Amino acid sequence: MSTVIATQAVAKPNPMANLDELVEQYGRVPAEHFRYCPGCGLGMAQSALMRAFQRLQIDMSQVAGAGGSGCYSIMGHYLNMGVLHGGHGRGAAMATGMKLANPHLTVVNLQGDGDSLSIGGNHTIHAARRNIDVTVVMFNNFGYGDTGGQYGATTPKGSFTETSPYGMPEEPFDACKLMIGAGATFVARSTVYHAVHLTKVLAEAIAWKGFSFVEVMQHCHVLWGKRNGMPKATDMLNYYRDNSVFSTPNLKREEQEGKFVLGVLHKQARPEFTEEYAKIRKLAAARAGGQGLSPLNTGGAV
Amino acid sequence: MTRRLLMGSEAICEGAIAAGVRFYAGYPITPATEVAEFMSARMPQVGGSYVQMEDEMGSFAAAMGASCAGVKAMTASSGPGLALMQEEIGHAIAGEIPVVLVNVGRHGPGIGNATGSAQMEVMQAKYGPNGDCPMIALSPSTIEEAFWLTVKCVNLAERYRTPTILLTEGLLALQRSVVDLPDYGKVETWERPRPEGAPSEYANPYMATSLTAVPPMGDFGTGYRSIFRTGGIQPQHGAKMTRFEAQHFSTTRLNQKVEAHRDELALTEALQTEDADVLYVAFGTQFHPARAAMQMARAKGIKAGVLRLITIWPFPDKAIRQAAQHAKLAVVPEMNLGQLRGLVTQALAGSGIRIDGVNHVNSLTITPQEILAKTEDMLR
Ligand SMILES: Cc1ncc(C[n+]2csc(CCOP(=O)(O)OP(=O)(O)O)c2C)c(N)n1
Ligand code: SF4
Ligand SMILES: [Mg+2]
Repeated sequence: MSTVIATQAVAKPNPMANLDELVEQYGRVPAEHFRYCPGCGLGMAQSALMRAFQRLQIDMSQVAGAGGSGCYSIMGHYLNMGVLHGGHGRGAAMATGMKLANPHLTVVNLQGDGDSLSIGGNHTIHAARRNIDVTVVMFNNFGYGDTGGQYGATTPKGSFTETSPYGMPEEPFDACKLMIGAGATFVARSTVYHAVHLTKVLAEAIAWKGFSFVEVMQHCHVLWGKRNGMPKATDMLNYYRDNSVFSTPNLKREEQEGKFVLGVLHKQARPEFTEEYAKIRKLAAARAGGQGLSPLNTGGAV
Repeated sequence: MTRRLLMGSEAICEGAIAAGVRFYAGYPITPATEVAEFMSARMPQVGGSYVQMEDEMGSFAAAMGASCAGVKAMTASSGPGLALMQEEIGHAIAGEIPVVLVNVGRHGPGIGNATGSAQMEVMQAKYGPNGDCPMIALSPSTIEEAFWLTVKCVNLAERYRTPTILLTEGLLALQRSVVDLPDYGKVETWERPRPEGAPSEYANPYMATSLTAVPPMGDFGTGYRSIFRTGGIQPQHGAKMTRFEAQHFSTTRLNQKVEAHRDELALTEALQTEDADVLYVAFGTQFHPARAAMQMARAKGIKAGVLRLITIWPFPDKAIRQAAQHAKLAVVPEMNLGQLRGLVTQALAGSGIRIDGVNHVNSLTITPQEILAKTEDMLR
């Protein structure tokens, strides 16, 4: 992400921006119908993402997306950007290739919690470790939506899913803590209920130079909600409203207990990978004495 | 022209560079590690990128990402690493994303003998990924040819928008020989088809009008907004199709776009096959003992010939039938338990030709004497 955009990030979001206009510029309307279930949190998350792009005044022709498999993955098709919709969980690796090959691109990697934390956990933590300038937006819907509601690495302990009919016996990951541990330089969490906040952290994450990770609490009332006493979308929005706290420096441990802690949870600049690699190119070219293209000039490196 | 003493792996890397590869992602594995090592030194020298990924799925996926960003991309692996890559190869085939994969063959299954050479992925190369897949796989017999076939793999991946495999072996990649390298500026390189009209007229990278078409793809950041998808029905240009028809069309086209060029893709080299009573079919390093066996057989009055397969996929069955016109028997020497022999048997079905193999799975190269002994045995 260029610094130009970073300085624009101070502009105030307009929560009332006309959705049609937004979609026209930052989205694409599908030929048939939107494939999210009615009321799904993904639609709300998509509006926030489009508003974040708008807030940054991003030239969408320079945005590339990577995504794997999941309910969320169709979102890439509804955004006005280039997309590689590939294998389940491989998004962070695909995004790494895109950004390193063309560092001018703004690269956004949409992921499900299944992508980020299970099948593609390895790719995601390594992208964080490299601090490559990619934004991972992880949609946490407490499990696997696309395959019909099985438990995953974010499913709350004791809750019911298609594969935890007696209650989930395992503990979930705290995705943000995991990413901080892996070396992510920007980590934030928000929910689809907190639409303005979500927009803000998404914009800040995209503008951040380095690896950024945003966990979006995105309800799936149709699968998880229905099995856990919250069958309506509004039940789950209220659930996020009533169970979230904003992260502040003085927030006590007890106040965080059992809550979704929202906000920018970690921010610590570190050299960015593609910039570091640009230095390697310079060094290698200098050692090759400008003869890099002549056969087998290893420039003393091998 | 530059004359150099090159390791097979270096020749492969140099071929890739000459063909325009500027992105390499990989994960170390014997005997493909040298490819990664050379690329880590060479890629940044030529303005390209090297990244060591966390595993082989990641390596292939990163190469796909780079390719979508408009940069020619490559990865290499061996044995278990290739097994891991199959998922992503299938995705690249489905999404029609050019990537070159170098398979430096080693013994298996499992870890097998990591330092032992083998030719055990003849079938995996084509049938490894799920689904009905096309494949272009070329196999060099010399280090100099490894250079040129890598160039070809890059070119073909781009032209046909599909992953290609350089199917080689530890035995070749880790040997050294003197190679004459061309001036890279004079090497013929091919580009993927790219859109030419106004960006507003570009709908997607799958606007195919015929079953053999390779539609243009817009690289990221060029204003041609591409949604590369590796699943679901590929939208077809102007077509009024049911989803079932579209699925049939796109699956068929993926394969037909390669199949339609089978004759020009299926490269072979025939040695004294015109009058051959005995046909040896071999590829890669095992061409050399086959050729020596042919010479020994001829010296004994046995009319032997060799058909060397340069292309493994699409399988050169026509050339095999052509070379076997007078043959009464065929011998297939290979460093596996008979994968190529099965394909040769299929190609010669109904011909009445007796077919047998000489097979090594001990990582020692087959000797001409063994091939000759098998021939004499069969002639008895
Ligand atoms: C290799 C592989 N394994 C399994 C699947 C099946 N699959 C498709 S989507 C999915 C789960 C998606 O969960 P998540 O990433 O959380 O996305 P969501 O559907 O919840 O949005 C699975 C397991 C697959 N596509 N590929
Ligand atoms: S199944 Fe759940 S996550 Fe998937 S689209 Fe429907 S509501 Fe959304
Ligand atoms: Mg999920």
